[in-house]
Amino acid sequence: MTERLTDVWVYLATFPLLHLALTIVAYLAGDWLYQKSGRNPLLNPVLIAVAVLVGVLTVSGTTYHRYFEGAQFVHFLLGPAVVALAVPLYYNFAKLKRLWLPLSAGLFVGAVTAALSAVGVAWLLDASTQTALALAPKSVTAPVAMGITEKLGGPASLTAILVVSTGILGAVIGPAVLTLCGVRDAAVRGFAIGTTSHGIGTARAFQESEEAGAFSGLAMGLNTVVSSLLLPPLLRLVGVV
Amino acid sequence: MLHALAALLVLQLAGEALSHFLMLPVPGPVLGMALLFAALSVSKELAGRLRETANAILQHLSLLFVPAGVGVMLHVARLSEEWIAIVLAVAISTILTIVFTALTIRLCMRLFAGRGNAGENR
Repeated sequence: MTERLTDVWVYLATFPLLHLALTIVAYLAGDWLYQKSGRNPLLNPVLIAVAVLVGVLTVSGTTYHRYFEGAQFVHFLLGPAVVALAVPLYYNFAKLKRLWLPLSAGLFVGAVTAALSAVGVAWLLDASTQTALALAPKSVTAPVAMGITEKLGGPASLTAILVVSTGILGAVIGPAVLTLCGVRDAAVRGFAIGTTSHGIGTARAFQESEEAGAFSGLAMGLNTVVSSLLLPPLLRLVGVV
Repeated sequence: MLHALAALLVLQLAGEALSHFLMLPVPGPVLGMALLFAALSVSKELAGRLRETANAILQHLSLLFVPAGVGVMLHVARLSEEWIAIVLAVAISTILTIVFTALTIRLCMRLFAGRGNAGENR
């Protein structure tokens, strides 16, 4: 019986279907747990899904390459999702226009802080240049961050993990940190979370309020543009590349 | 739904082509977003047509990061060698970025509040 089941698993594992389905189911399970726990930030759906999937793949002896043959269909949607960010951007344009100067200043400071503080800590602790290159764009949403690292000659797949970690961490502690700093305005909270923690933070900000979510998405979209333009010359300036 | 998806994909494609053709440092999807924003500003009808699909994709945005996150499997060696630097860099930088961004915006809102711009509500 067990042998027969293993046969079935091995057979199914050769199609993209199995890992595509596993990815979505693991995420839904994570989201269910998260909702069930009264949205305990530590039970972040992405964190749970990644942990479950790494466990399943390790136990079944599946390589990441094989897993990605299925998961790429989900990963691929990041591109169209970035394009789709223009839609909330368009609908919040009135408020954006009113606050554009403070938001631009915040975005610029945020993008520079994200890159320089990460590279700086890495440099202080003797991390390799490759690691520093992967760390620099970690506040930018995954496909764009990977593109930035790739263009600078760094390891794009490591960037992806750091992007996801930054997203989860910002979603988990961001709201508490902002409250501690006395920041209550929904637009400011959302914008700071989105600048730092891109899509995963935006998902979290939407739970605080519609407005926080819209501004988080806005920040995520704008940060892709600012960081793509700013990071290559900035990293050259500080001598990382 | 299908039309909206086609529009998103075609705009991403146009963005990729433009980025490559002009040798820009900006990734294709970002240019696609800029193109879509320009198109929405011209046609109000388009915005209404895209809204539902865009919301559906953006609502489950964090799902899209799962495959990249599972990539942690590929970097066990580097992570076990440099984990202290990586963990500290991510943690410190994430906190600093959130705080600096929020405080900069608040400071600027107060600075510009006197000049007829909107100040913070409280």
